Parts: sequence; C-alpha cells; structure tokens
Amino acid sequence: MEPWRRSAAAFTAFCGPTILWLSVFFLIPLGIVWLYSFGENVSLTQIETTWTLKNYARILDEEILVLLWRSLWLALISTAICLLVGYPVALVIATSQPRWKPWLLLIVILPFWTNLLIRTYALLNILGTKGRLNESLKWLWVQADGALDWAGLGDLALLGDRFVPFKFLGTEAGVVIGLVYVALPFTVLPIYSSLERLDKSYLEASLDLGAGQLRTFFKVLLPLTMAGVVTAAIITFIPTLGSFLTPDLLGRGQVDMIANVIERQFKKGDDWPFGSALSLMLLYVTFIILALRSINDMRKSGGRA
Amino acid sequence: MSSTKSKPGPFQYARKPMMRFVFLITSVFLYAPIVVLIIFSFNDSKRGGNVIWKGFTTKYYGKAWENDALMEAFVNSFAIAIVSTVFATVLGAMTAVTLWRWRFPFKPVYEGTVALPIVVPEICMGVALAVFFSTTGISIPGTAPWPLNLGNIILAHITFSFPFAAMVIRTRLQSFNPEMAEAARDLGATEFQVFRDVLIPHMVPGLIAGALLAFTLSLDDFVITFFTSGPNNVTFPVKVYSMVRFSVTPEINAASTILVLITVVITALAMRLQRPDTSGDP
Repeated sequence: MEPWRRSAAAFTAFCGPTILWLSVFFLIPLGIVWLYSFGENVSLTQIETTWTLKNYARILDEEILVLLWRSLWLALISTAICLLVGYPVALVIATSQPRWKPWLLLIVILPFWTNLLIRTYALLNILGTKGRLNESLKWLWVQADGALDWAGLGDLALLGDRFVPFKFLGTEAGVVIGLVYVALPFTVLPIYSSLERLDKSYLEASLDLGAGQLRTFFKVLLPLTMAGVVTAAIITFIPTLGSFLTPDLLGRGQVDMIANVIERQFKKGDDWPFGSALSLMLLYVTFIILALRSINDMRKSGGRA
Repeated sequence: MSSTKSKPGPFQYARKPMMRFVFLITSVFLYAPIVVLIIFSFNDSKRGGNVIWKGFTTKYYGKAWENDALMEAFVNSFAIAIVSTVFATVLGAMTAVTLWRWRFPFKPVYEGTVALPIVVPEICMGVALAVFFSTTGISIPGTAPWPLNLGNIILAHITFSFPFAAMVIRTRLQSFNPEMAEAARDLGATEFQVFRDVLIPHMVPGLIAGALLAFTLSLDDFVITFFTSGPNNVTFPVKVYSMVRFSVTPEINAASTILVLITVVITALAMRLQRPDTSGDP
C-alpha cells in the first residue's frame, strides 16, 4: 500500500466517483429520512421538520411495542433454529470428502442465488391447509394410524379421530418456517468457513487426552468456531428482523413485523414521519448489534496483544 | 481417510448417519417448495391447484409468454439488471482498487461507509431512496419512454449492489503479486499501462464474479424495487407480487420456473469461473 499523495490524481479518480455516488444515493437519502423522523405532515404532500419527538413517542404505543416485541421474538427464534440446523449442515460439508464438498456446498448456495420472491411464493403454495405439506403430513398420519390399527391399538385413537391440517398461513409458525427457509443459507456459510479454517489437531489432542465426543464438541470444537457462529447469528438476525416479504405473504396480515408497518406508512398510511422514525429504529438496532460485535472483537484482539 | 468402508472416525461427521439425515432433511426443506413449483407449472389445472395433478401440459408457458404485462416486467428486470451490473462492477472495481492500493486519512470511515449498504436492512434503504426520489427532484418520472422510466430503479440497484461487487473484487486483488507491477514499471510501462495491462487482466475473474453477483442481486431484489417503482415500470418480482395478492395462477409457476432455470445457469457459470481462480497464484 502506498500513501495517496504519491499518486493523488489516480487516487482521486478512483475514490471520487464512489464517494460521490454513496453520498448522493445513500447518505443523503438516509439523512432525509432522519430529518423526516422529526417532522410533521403540514399538508397532504408537505412534510416539515419541526424537531418534534412525537414520532418517536408513538413507538412507545402499546400497539407498536407489541409489534416490535413480536418482530424481535420471531427473528430470535428463526435465528436460533437456523443456528441449530446450520451447524450440523456446515459440519457435514466441512468434513465430507473433497470430491463431494463443492456439490454439498452448491446445495446450500443455490437457494441463495434463487429469487427471494419465487422462493417465498413456492413456500406459500406448499403451506396452505390443503397444500403439499399438509397433504404429506396427512399421508404420514394415515400410515401411522394404519400401523396402530395393525398393532391392535386402533380403538385407542392415539393420533386423534382424523387428521387435522396444520394452519401455517397467517400464523407465527408459518412465518418462522418462511424466515428460516430464506435465511438458512446465510447461516451455513460463515459457520462452514470457520470450520474449514479450524486446525483439526486440536480435536485430536482433546480426544487423545481423554475427553469424550460430546465434551470435545462443547469444549473444543464449538469455542474454536464461535467467531463463525457469531457472524452467522448476526448475518441471519439482521435481515430476518427487517424482513418484509415473508411476513407479508405467509403472515397474511395477521403476523406483521416491523417492516410491514413501515411499508404501510409509506404506501398506504401516508404517515411518512412515523414511518421514518420506525425505519431509523430498525437501523439503530442494526448499528447497535454491529457496534457490540466490533467492540467485542477489539477487546479480544487487545487481550491477545 | 483410509478406506471408505471403515467405521467413521471421530471427526468424520459427514459419515455419521444422524448427521447425514439432518443434511438430507435440510436439503429437502430447501428444495421441495421449488421442485413442487416446477412440477406444477406443467399441471393442467386452471385454478393453479398445487395439490391435485390433472395431467401434463406446457400451455401455461405459452400463456405466460402471451401475458404482455408479465413479459414486460420480465424484460424490465433484465434491462435493469444488465445496466446496473455494468455500473456496479465499475464502481465496485474502483472501490476495491482504492481500498487495496492506497493509505489515506479516514480510510476506516470510507471502508465502513462502503460496507453500509450491505448491512442496512433493505426496507430502510427502500424507504430512504423512495423519499429521496420524491423530495429532491433528482429522479426520472415513471412516464418517461422506456427504458428511461427504469432510471430510478437502476440508480437504486447500482447503490445496493456495487458494495457487494467491491467485496468480491477486493478478495481477488489480494492475490495480486506487486512484483508484477514493479517488473512492468522497470520495463518502462507507465502507470496507466501497468493498470491496463497488468492489474486489470489479473482482476478479470473477480470482475466477472462481482458482475454475476450484482446481476443476481438486481434480478432478485424485491423490497427496494417495490419502493422505487411506479405503476408503469414494474419488475418481474414486483409484478409477481401483485399477481400473487390477487390469485395464484399457473402462469406465475411457469414464469418462475424459467427464472429459476436462468438462476441455475448463472450460478453454474459463477462456480465454473471461480474454480480456475486458484491456479497460477501463489
């Protein structure tokens, strides 16, 4: 790396356009949203920044607090499920034979490249009360019921009288399924790359010194790949918290998350100032998470030095 | 790995039945919805039933083809993706070179700001750009002739995709051997010649990978496009979204299948291009 002064003209030519672009199409727009969040509707189309805190105060309304709580809760549950499923999946890929590795990796990456709307739409088709999933579950139920009959337990009706289809659409369960479906590839990849970097001899050492499989996993493998797990958690949690499409299509207006309410302020409600305040809330949560993470990183590297 | 028939070793998780089962179930979970979508795009049933198979037909592909609004959205999506990819790749390359080559004051600030569009929730960016276009007057009206009416969407797409391209290209630059540039300079090449004949050729795989990523991100985007598009300039995802709200039709299945196929081709290309990447480098 060289100091920029040595080739100031080239530096300006490379750096200038990107700074300009980011300022005009990213920083200024966010700045306007920030100003609007302190604004009031003075007429149908006019918003004046009066530095009122009214829009932020409205966040404390019970209705909005319930919404925020639900968004956090659904995002947390989804992230937890993604981590629980994503870790074993990453582990399988990382320890598979070299010949298989690219293909297993492709299985996880391909959905990430596939259109989000199509994926959500595909899921929507399956999750209905008469959708494929319920039909499959019904088939399983009939088989299981038949097996119980055969075993002479038919009269007890252990599985209920008949199959009751699950209601996924318009329920929190359905939205969580959707959120996990969308985010899972994001969870697997960081965990996978931390597993790839791992020095396997630590694991051998642990086993040689008499620790069991489980103990090795919790005391050696997991701590050594914790950085990857934390990255995976963040990279899953942030987009999930702000997701719009999944709760919109799968929640059917019954399971709104924060982005759905923001959208309504801009598209239908015409309460841009309140929508701006809500967007900034979401942005601040993102920043806080990232800041905590980098503080943590700094503390770690500081401790090592 | 001695022989494949032996008992799985302690860390050959990939060979444990339980772990394989988890992987299998996850794959089924990830792919089943899309597979069902593709199969039922050939279903001869009017109400788009995705449950009862009524016989094989390709007529909904024809219907999707004849649906002008849907086709227009499809074409729009590709026009936007192509134009924004070109700009995003150039801006991404500039960012990557800036970060890789120079030391300058406030570099961490610059680096952080470039990474911001990647981490900021989509909805915030969509809202910000919608507000920006409607208040500053720096915007192209949706009534302008095609393809100009896609201008706002293109600007938005460049903004969110070029930081991703920058990351990919920067990774590629890290494997550049500075001695190559020095050798060129010693042999009398000017700075510009070094850039054009030494650095750019080295960057090519990164540029292509970055461009492919920007292209898919653009094709894929719904939320930001939803906020920056008007009634006259919708993209494929936005069009499908409005169709899904009314009813599920087999045409959407058919058109979606085509887009999924295109995605698979692009992914295959990207994977192929990144493989020889490791050859010839230290």
